[in-house]
Amino acid sequence: MSNKFFINCDEATAICNKNQYKEASFWEKLKLGIHIFICKKCRQYSKQNIILTEVCNKHLHKGEDEHKLSEKEKEVLQTEVVKRIK
Amino acid sequence: MAEKPKHTLNPNNWVGAHSDYLFNYTITRVDNSELAKDIVQETFFSGLKAQHNFRGQASERTWLISILKRKIIDHYRKINSAKGKAEIRVNFYEDGDKKGTWLEERVPKMWDNEAEKNIENDELKSALDSCIKNLPEKYRLVFLMKNVQHYETEEICNELGITASNLWVIIHRARHQLRKCLEDNWFSK
Repeated sequence: MSNKFFINCDEATAICNKNQYKEASFWEKLKLGIHIFICKKCRQYSKQNIILTEVCNKHLHKGEDEHKLSEKEKEVLQTEVVKRIK
Repeated sequence: MAEKPKHTLNPNNWVGAHSDYLFNYTITRVDNSELAKDIVQETFFSGLKAQHNFRGQASERTWLISILKRKIIDHYRKINSAKGKAEIRVNFYEDGDKKGTWLEERVPKMWDNEAEKNIENDELKSALDSCIKNLPEKYRLVFLMKNVQHYETEEICNELGITASNLWVIIHRARHQLRKCLEDNWFSK
């Protein structure tokens, strides 16, 4: 991303997205701040993006169960593997 | 003098000893259990063919994981190059004076205040799930690895064979599509 202070909406929303993961740099955040100050549409986007992050944090969770293969699936797999052992 | 091997391979025990671990590892990266099963099977087959390359320095499982990782990258490359309905609609003017500014029909609309405040709603969860399901596979995987599995950016890049800037472009597009989808299906007044 170029080093100018004024960025367009595409660039601003890209930084805004990166910032949802706290991975935007200081300069990126500064440029985003300036853009949002002057652009109502991106201000709206930014506000909604924070809500999107909250919604995701609230509703998306890592499954607690370990994923396992069934005994049947293992049997099939075992047969296939053994068949190929030379 | 060659180092004496610390580990040996025992393919007869692979399924019993490693299949659950490999399957669990794969499913958090491909988000599809049938596919994960196939990838684990292919990993064992490739392992059998490559037995002579095993030098016994790493454990059997570590060695199998290194094969599995290449399979996952291959899979991601395959879906990444696939074109079709997966292509995302653009949000901004692509050239001319207005380059990089919002297309009129893509400008974020006002959201319903009450809906904004009430995000614990279970039906919102279903709306979110179906919006995520609608993401193109390559975006969905990266988004889920970041938001659900909470992998570090660098880790995702290594595992999928993409660069950090690729990753942010993907996240950018995925989140644009999700925002719009939730706007249309949930938040709009």
